[in-house]
Amino acid sequence: MPKDHGIGAPMKRREDVRFLTGKGRYTDDINLPGQAYAVFVRSQVAHGRIRKIDTAEAEAMPGVLKVFTSADFADKGGVPCGWLVTGRDGQPMREPKHPILAEGKVRYVGDAIAAVVAETPEQARDAAEAVIVDIEELPAVIDMKAALAEGAPLVHDDLGSNLCYDWGFVEENRAAVDEAFAKADHVTTLELVNNRLVPNAMEPRCAVGDYNVATGDHTLYTTSQNPHVIRLLMGAFVLSIPEHKLRVVAPDVGGGFGSKIFHYVEEAFVTQAAKVLGRPVKWTATRSEAFMTDAHGRDHVTRIELALSKDGEFQAIRTETHANMGAYLSTFAPSIPTWLHGTLMAGNYRTPLIYVNVKAVFTNTVPVDAYRGAGRPEATYQLERVIDKAARELGIDPIEIRRKNFIKPDQFPYQTPVAVVYDTGNYDATMDKLIEIADIAGFEKRREESAKRGLLRGLGVNCYIEACGIAPSNLVGQLGARAGLYESATVRVNATGGLVVMTGSHSHGQGHETSFAQVVADMIGIPEDMVEIVHGDTANTPMGMGTYGSRSLAVGGSAIVRATQKIIAKAKKIAAHLLEASEADIELKDGKFSVAGTDRSVAWGDVCLAAYVPHNYPLEEIEPGLEETAFYDPSNFTYPAGAYACEVEVDPETGKVTVCSFAAADDFGNVVNPMIVEGQVHGGLAQGIGQALLEGAVYDENGQLLTGSFMDYAMPRADDLPFFKVDHSCATPCTHNPLGVKGCGEAGAIGSPPAVVNAVIDALQRGGYTHVTHIDMPLTPARVWAAMQR
Amino acid sequence: MPQVTMTVNGRQVMREVEGRTLLVQFLREGLGLTGTHVGCDTSQCGACVVHVDGKAVKSCTMLAAEADGAEVTTIEGVTPADGGMNPVQKAFQDHHGLQCGFCTPGMVMTATALLAENPRPSPQEIRDALEGNICRCTGYHNIVKAILAASGQDVSALAAE
Repeated sequence: MPKDHGIGAPMKRREDVRFLTGKGRYTDDINLPGQAYAVFVRSQVAHGRIRKIDTAEAEAMPGVLKVFTSADFADKGGVPCGWLVTGRDGQPMREPKHPILAEGKVRYVGDAIAAVVAETPEQARDAAEAVIVDIEELPAVIDMKAALAEGAPLVHDDLGSNLCYDWGFVEENRAAVDEAFAKADHVTTLELVNNRLVPNAMEPRCAVGDYNVATGDHTLYTTSQNPHVIRLLMGAFVLSIPEHKLRVVAPDVGGGFGSKIFHYVEEAFVTQAAKVLGRPVKWTATRSEAFMTDAHGRDHVTRIELALSKDGEFQAIRTETHANMGAYLSTFAPSIPTWLHGTLMAGNYRTPLIYVNVKAVFTNTVPVDAYRGAGRPEATYQLERVIDKAARELGIDPIEIRRKNFIKPDQFPYQTPVAVVYDTGNYDATMDKLIEIADIAGFEKRREESAKRGLLRGLGVNCYIEACGIAPSNLVGQLGARAGLYESATVRVNATGGLVVMTGSHSHGQGHETSFAQVVADMIGIPEDMVEIVHGDTANTPMGMGTYGSRSLAVGGSAIVRATQKIIAKAKKIAAHLLEASEADIELKDGKFSVAGTDRSVAWGDVCLAAYVPHNYPLEEIEPGLEETAFYDPSNFTYPAGAYACEVEVDPETGKVTVCSFAAADDFGNVVNPMIVEGQVHGGLAQGIGQALLEGAVYDENGQLLTGSFMDYAMPRADDLPFFKVDHSCATPCTHNPLGVKGCGEAGAIGSPPAVVNAVIDALQRGGYTHVTHIDMPLTPARVWAAMQR
Repeated sequence: MPQVTMTVNGRQVMREVEGRTLLVQFLREGLGLTGTHVGCDTSQCGACVVHVDGKAVKSCTMLAAEADGAEVTTIEGVTPADGGMNPVQKAFQDHHGLQCGFCTPGMVMTATALLAENPRPSPQEIRDALEGNICRCTGYHNIVKAILAASGQDVSALAAE
């Protein structure tokens, strides 16, 4: 029987009731008295010089309160970038200003030029169409390699180049890597594209600014994964509002997947406009606007080489990647192709020598930043694709070549040649589990059945590793992060024994209100419904860095554990007093404090009451009250890993790929709520399969976004996906956080694209199309069919 | 401005609306029924599905004026008045058929309409019926499972482990 509560129990989610009954409260559901509405005038060209903005006609229209242009923000800062990457030449990256409204030039289709605020959304929309913008269109740079060519148009004239940085890692290993390649028995090379994606959380972004002229207090309601980060960035760098006069609230948020980490110009706009107009100002993105302005993900072009011995031992890896930054640097953009990508190139293997080169490039496209996995899917995809290709070239089974190179269980902790130290893992165990749950032994029979129906069946297998639990602050500080990456929790015990846990993490689908309560309830031995989880409001949560990078339980959960431990320690002192016993003899079990070896005890609730009604209480030794805060800064990343298998059928007549089955064997360490963990894997798999088969953001050569709506950008739908087989039983608990957890939010999206592509190539190879060794994602019927034709 | 009259969740409402007002705006902004969501502007995502005269309809594809005289039910209207949940809502919770919750009201309304027409749908029939509802969180696995369970079918074989 599975546990029915506490750590490890598949408890139903408490947040579901409000979401299922229409009682969620998302940002767009918030309407403040006197609220006005903002609509942005956005660039319709990818690159141009603004000659003139004529707002007169718009300003005269009914209901219009004001039309803003960059002149209204002349004394404000630009949206800052949170990570400084240093290039191979020792120079800092080129870092452009990102103004709230375009100054002088527009740099991508969707760039905000002006904004109309009016009494109603319709009036604002009508007036926005009446703003006349005279733009001298300039040649756009869309292709990264073209952007680096001599004489290419410059996205930022003042930077003198479209190269943001040229990063080498590990630079000191470069000569040794080259030497290993020169001596290798075999080198497999693959050039591939990690396709540009639009995150498309189902809730479009929204922001409501409010200002109290009497107190000077600003409030921003926004669709954010990290309200404290927004408060810090917007307050300190953009609008010069001290944090104690700025409250940021991220209420129910309808998915993020990275795209709601970043500080966007619209947030700063509504905050400032509310002050200027003395009215709350609301902006809600349309989906079309979201496509144009939400930070996109991926968009890497890579050449990877793998040097092997003739029996398939990996000897060295060398890569060159061009990574698209878009037109400006989004909050975490520079870190994604570098520290979240290069450090994972060892994968699950013992490859001794690795060199990663990344050129980050400005183009006339929307900024690119973290999207579910963020750098780790790009690393996994290239590595697991080149391994598959190498296995085929050397005639070695793809599972066997991986096993041959696995880091073995007795080699942990394992220092990789790319800086990180894996604390724990067992890659053979997850591979064994995968072989079982995917029924790989039965593949040949299924392939024959498919063949009878005229379909080519293929099997793709791969492994993945990721670095989660972001991150040790002193380490990331050395790597260029401009923030700490700890997490925080305040546990407030009420007089009658209930608890409120205020966390700096933010839940936007992950179910923290349920799983965090399980942790605290388990530690004290009380029912979960005595524990309330509060998140998303800077006014009532301690400074925390928010939710991304599969960090919430590993880092935020650890802060909760630490704060709860402090509560328990103090409560034991109070209990010792009440029981007239030594503190060392007090035990806490099932919500009761007992004196060891006796039948004397006092209930949790009595201790809480004593803390707040301290009549019989050692006031000279202990303060009254029961409330504690902890900040947890991890000592290492966590390293979830696993093995995935995909079976596909390819229709040779049309090139259409159908995913017949997908199995995932993951090692997430300990698991607090297996139901939620499995749901996270399912969602990640859907996004990874979507990337592999369906999704791709496409700009034409002039910088027009061709995939600007759900009509043109293929989102995975229910009939595109199978039921998934997932398993997380091969757990090697994390060795350095108190819960032994590793994080599960991104694994599915990281591990699944290579499995799908490996499966399609396998199907084509087995079907006699031996000339097809690679197809770039998304593997649409047109691409697959074209590849099959010689 | 034209005046529209309709019955929403059993209560007759009468309002003046601009001709271009969509039914979803009328429900959200006019009546404060914020359980119905707007996830796109091309009638693709299904976050705004409500029932109009018993049929599942994307309320962004219909003008409020077109619903004049109609019987409209939203997610609030299928929720029991006592604060509990109906069997479809319960099945979504029991089988973790939602994460961020944004697409969820539309999913529940589509599922409810499906089950009214087809009380024991197959997994493929469910997936086909959800063609017009996009979820970015769940990968649909648990949504399909929840709808199967809501129809009284055994889903134990679909346990993830």
